[in-house]
Amino acid sequence: MARVWIPPLLRDLTGGRETATVPGANVGELIEALEQQFPGVRGRLCPGGALRPGLAVIVDGQVGRLGLLETAGPDSEVHFLPAIAGG
Amino acid sequence: MTTSTTGYKVIGTRPLRHDGVDKVTGRALYGADVQMAGLLHGRILRSPIPHGLLRSLDASKALELPGVEAVVTCADLTDPGDRIAELGEGAVNLKHLSSNCLARGKVHYKGQAVAAVAAVSAHLAEEALKLIAVEYEGLPHVTDVRAAMQDGAPLLHDDLVTESLGKPTGKRSNIAKHIQFKKGDVAQGFQQAAVVIEREFHTATVHQGYIEPHNATALWNADGTVTIWCSTQGAFTVRAQVAELLGIPLSRIKVVPMEIGGGFGGKIRVYLEPVAAALSKKTGKPVKITMNRADVFEATGPTPGSYIKVKMGADKDGKLVAARATLAYEAGAFPGSPLGPGAMCIFACYDIPNVHIDGYDVVVNKPATSAYRAPGATNAAFASETVVDELCEHLKIDPLDFRIQNGAREGTRRADGPVFPRIGMVETAQTAKQHAHYTAPLGPNPKAQISNPKFEKAGDGANLGFEISGLRVPRRGRGVASGFWFNCGLKSSASASVNADGTVSLVEGSTDIGGSRTSIAMQLAESLGIRADDVRPAVGDTDTVGYTDVTGGSRVTFATGWAAYEAGQDIKRQMIARAALLWGVQPEAVAYEDGTLRCLSDDKKRLTFKELSEKLHATGGTIVGRASVDPPGVGGGFATHVVDVEVDPETGKVTVLRYTAVQDVGKAIHPSYVEGQMQGGVVQGIGWALNEEYIYNEQGVMTNASFLDYRMPTALDLPMIDTVLVEVANPGHPYGVRGVGEVPIVPPPAALANAIYQALGVRMDELPMSPGRVMAKLLAKQ
Repeated sequence: MARVWIPPLLRDLTGGRETATVPGANVGELIEALEQQFPGVRGRLCPGGALRPGLAVIVDGQVGRLGLLETAGPDSEVHFLPAIAGG
Repeated sequence: MTTSTTGYKVIGTRPLRHDGVDKVTGRALYGADVQMAGLLHGRILRSPIPHGLLRSLDASKALELPGVEAVVTCADLTDPGDRIAELGEGAVNLKHLSSNCLARGKVHYKGQAVAAVAAVSAHLAEEALKLIAVEYEGLPHVTDVRAAMQDGAPLLHDDLVTESLGKPTGKRSNIAKHIQFKKGDVAQGFQQAAVVIEREFHTATVHQGYIEPHNATALWNADGTVTIWCSTQGAFTVRAQVAELLGIPLSRIKVVPMEIGGGFGGKIRVYLEPVAAALSKKTGKPVKITMNRADVFEATGPTPGSYIKVKMGADKDGKLVAARATLAYEAGAFPGSPLGPGAMCIFACYDIPNVHIDGYDVVVNKPATSAYRAPGATNAAFASETVVDELCEHLKIDPLDFRIQNGAREGTRRADGPVFPRIGMVETAQTAKQHAHYTAPLGPNPKAQISNPKFEKAGDGANLGFEISGLRVPRRGRGVASGFWFNCGLKSSASASVNADGTVSLVEGSTDIGGSRTSIAMQLAESLGIRADDVRPAVGDTDTVGYTDVTGGSRVTFATGWAAYEAGQDIKRQMIARAALLWGVQPEAVAYEDGTLRCLSDDKKRLTFKELSEKLHATGGTIVGRASVDPPGVGGGFATHVVDVEVDPETGKVTVLRYTAVQDVGKAIHPSYVEGQMQGGVVQGIGWALNEEYIYNEQGVMTNASFLDYRMPTALDLPMIDTVLVEVANPGHPYGVRGVGEVPIVPPPAALANAIYQALGVRMDELPMSPGRVMAKLLAKQ
């Protein structure tokens, strides 16, 4: 199961928990699994069914390019961070 | 120091750039050079006030002026509604983007576009602007980030409430967004500290200062298609933005990127393109609009001014144990400052177990900010790297030893969560420490030497200067600072066709700002085993090359270079098949090595790339290699800089005596261009540090919107910038490439502040460190 790092501003929904280990083959499935444990997470991360604008998912240190379809392995580490735009 | 592969034939060499002759002879075509029959000239009417409601606009008198052919306002753009779209490099609020091109009901900064005129000459268009009657209802304005955050501050947007990762706050505010990162227990961390330093910093709004102003020429054809020639960092993002703002399909728009005279992040958002297109639609004629310098300063996106508070603690052995930061960035008129990357970069150079970072994106009555070279990171590093220097002073540790001890390395968990892969932060500090610059005596000021042969060791930090006949003479100091930038990957396309003479024509989608044509062509040449000048690179328009993201994020040599590499592999596969056909063997029996094809079963059968190229037409036609990539494996970039300054305590003037930039570049494809990027970034960082700023009066008007008064450094102000390329190969790229263009702007302000401290004993906490501010600090110390 992948280890998801809960963004600090989302921890009001997780009782302060910093990480959660949840099942899922891709980011969308991981968020669904998080939603089961912590209702409200999905709406905050994916309003309208897609990742919140300006938010990026990082899987194993790499910026995800497929959004919710980004695959995650059983030992993956997943972060949700502000998207980077360079100059 | 290098860990990258060195056995290349093309990569790492310094061939002449393919576009060099055109550039130095003045034949390269820029947007302002576009001419065509019936061309009209557009000018923009801009708001004279920083904040107000647009009550009415009457253009009838302007339209009566002979030679004036059209006037457009926001009514001529599609009302996109409050919608967010992913357009190239990031999410864009279309309502804000549209209002920034032509204001819709309200103006949010002095200089915001209100209407546009097309006329038979630029002078006539300018005259016509004076005939447009606009009634404004002025509103109170706010241009300072901290003032804008206060309760009771004038609110820029009626519908703006603070967004906190989707948590509804319900409170109307100028604070558009709050972000936060936490690692460990910061309170507990500070309890372990032997030394804790806490300081506040302010940085001014600064502009990228590209030499070429924005321009756009549009031709709306009778069949409903639109062609736009413009100066842009990304033709495809221009196409996407224009399509949204005009409400027409992408396929109806062709964007031709002209040569570009600098961008640095400021030429990604559209300003003129949809306006020129709307004017062309109304007139049926091509329309060209070019900005003047005041337009560029007042109406395009500078980088944000900021307020940053930093607290850092280290134990008695010099180990960083905790760090806390609050960053407030001015977004300008619309939300979207580079707050996220600034907050993610502020402590990225270090391995710190306990960190807490808060960030606020704040709208103010200034132009909407844009990206600028490592957006957000320079502001942040000015604060954190100055505090690090003060920690080193208290701990009596050499600042480079401190960075070697505490520097982030492979396996370090960043404050925002992810773990660093192989990086070169520590290597840059080690290299800087061994460099002749750092080990050389700082040297006395010649006048001071006369006064005191035993010139005091630099770094005493207490003396305001020697006196000779009552006149204090300049003092010298040396400073160091490090910086980090993520770099980007994103999408790139390239196609390459093999010519019968053995050359290859390459079409790629990245507008060439810093010599990228050549660095991309070199990667194709390396992959094929041919010479760099046997590749003829060209930048395609949106109809001739596959989708390619913007030239930004230090991504082009990495990602478009990767596309060229893959196109080369595609060509190789096809060349092998042709050779196999000629030799009557299976492709598996053909080897491709160093630009030569060899039959594995008969060593006498060999063809060079050129020899086989001559046979392509007789063996099935030409070969085209193509690739479209969205590569992972982006490698972050680190830099450590050393600078010597001389500061005149009578005037506060800072003179840069010597500057050395050490940077992990992964693998330098064309070292000259890498060095050029580093030097350019340093120079821009020096300007940001010492002189550049938007100066506003009480009416919210920028008072120095010209290069005469907005003081950028020139060659006369600077020494030669020495560069040291550290090559810690990026394992995520076929040739080890890391982006190089942005991180060199990050360390200079902090390095200079630390050098000024060593010279004068005063800690600078505000940018720019102009003579007046240096003098104010000196006088306060006295």
